[in-house]
Amino acid sequence: MSRPFELMVDGQVWDIVALSLGVSGAAVLLAAVIGIPAGAWLGLRRFRGQAWLTTLVYTGMGFPPVVIGLLVYLLLSRQGPVGALDWLFTPAAMILAQTVLAVPLVTGVTMTSVQAVDPALRPQLRALGATDRQIVRTVLTEARQGVLLGLVAGFGAAISEVGAVILVGGNIEGRTRVLTTAIVLETRQGRYDLALALAAILFVLAFVANALVVHLQARIR
Amino acid sequence: MRIRGLLVASAVLAAVCGCAQETSVLRLATTTSTQDSGLLDAILPDFEREHDATVEVIAVGTGQALQLGEAGDVDVVLVHAREQEDAFVEAGHGVDRRDVMENDFVIVGPRSDPAAVAGEVDAGLALQRIAGAGWIFVSRGDGSGTHSAEQQLWEAAGIAPTGPWYESVGQGMGETLTIADEQQAYTLSDRATLLARQEEGIGLVVVSEGDERLRNPYGIITVNPERHDGVDAGLAAAFTDWLTSAATQDAIAGYQRNGEQLFFVGEG
Repeated sequence: MSRPFELMVDGQVWDIVALSLGVSGAAVLLAAVIGIPAGAWLGLRRFRGQAWLTTLVYTGMGFPPVVIGLLVYLLLSRQGPVGALDWLFTPAAMILAQTVLAVPLVTGVTMTSVQAVDPALRPQLRALGATDRQIVRTVLTEARQGVLLGLVAGFGAAISEVGAVILVGGNIEGRTRVLTTAIVLETRQGRYDLALALAAILFVLAFVANALVVHLQARIR
Repeated sequence: MRIRGLLVASAVLAAVCGCAQETSVLRLATTTSTQDSGLLDAILPDFEREHDATVEVIAVGTGQALQLGEAGDVDVVLVHAREQEDAFVEAGHGVDRRDVMENDFVIVGPRSDPAAVAGEVDAGLALQRIAGAGWIFVSRGDGSGTHSAEQQLWEAAGIAPTGPWYESVGQGMGETLTIADEQQAYTLSDRATLLARQEEGIGLVVVSEGDERLRNPYGIITVNPERHDGVDAGLAAAFTDWLTSAATQDAIAGYQRNGEQLFFVGEG
């Protein structure tokens, strides 16, 4: 078990952890900016084609990361439509892929929790003279536990996926190597002790994120 | 109906299991190059017919292939990293190592050749030019046979490859070639995988080849049957004899892809 220890001391492991947190954290922030308004809109409005859009969001919630990785790869490749950005094999590409992965999760969970808010609330608010914007804000506040859960689900999906980040990030040491791709690499080399150590770190991160949510939910109840 | 369906299913299952028991199984851990090049698919059916056996191929990196052998999860390993192979046998994990064949590595890069490597036969000097130009070099970085060959070349060139121009990606040969192609970078590849990828349309070309140090010999090792009960020593010996027999060696030398011979045998 000396090699994992060495790597932790010389800081490589912490660089990998920091990049994992940074990439997945940024992806979830972006997913929140897109997914929370989208989920609120889907949950509060009635319009033609809503069933189709809802189905699309639900499909997105279970979409294989490797397919998202493939599409983002083709988009960013030198022959792709935005190859000139030079994003392929950079953390930016990884954030983009994980955002695509997390947006349906945040949208879908926000939508269902907004729909679960007491339907009598909105007419009451309107009778009190609230604007649309104020109504949405109040409903989202009521649904905050569910929204929070959606964000954590998005974060969990992002930080634990490997198929997309290895395709668009390239697993470049010191630049685009994250926990999951490092685990794949160490396992392929037969260094199971190090792979297990990295897996333990990933588990602890996921556990801490969820513990934080349970704690917050208890406080805002 | 449901019960009858179950009965039929279990009868089929029993038949399948029965067959599997009669046919013996040889577990072979090897590197991705032997499978990806199509060589194994071309030659293995002959052994399977001759010995009424099934060969289960597990294609991984040399490092993991040797680990699988050490753990007794396979019967034989076919890999290319001489130093690691010798260490494996010395440690008592394997026995009866024999030379099988060899292919060669090539240094590849973009057609525009920004580091002006083309025509440099000395692999060490070729790498020095790439490093000197500070152009991107993509390394397998996965402890594979190709990776260790690359590391030995850098050492011989007197260069410690670090810095933003050196990208260690920890992936297979195919992925590494893709990454190099996207970035118009240089890399070290085995010729077989390069040819296969060129057929699929990557634009990288050979810029340096022919150095004696780019030879890439493959060896077969039987996992030590005294250490692991599960190892089928008889079948493993039969496989090693078959693989090094004159007929199989001819078949290996005759295997071509796109009109090019990929593996060489004997004096090579």
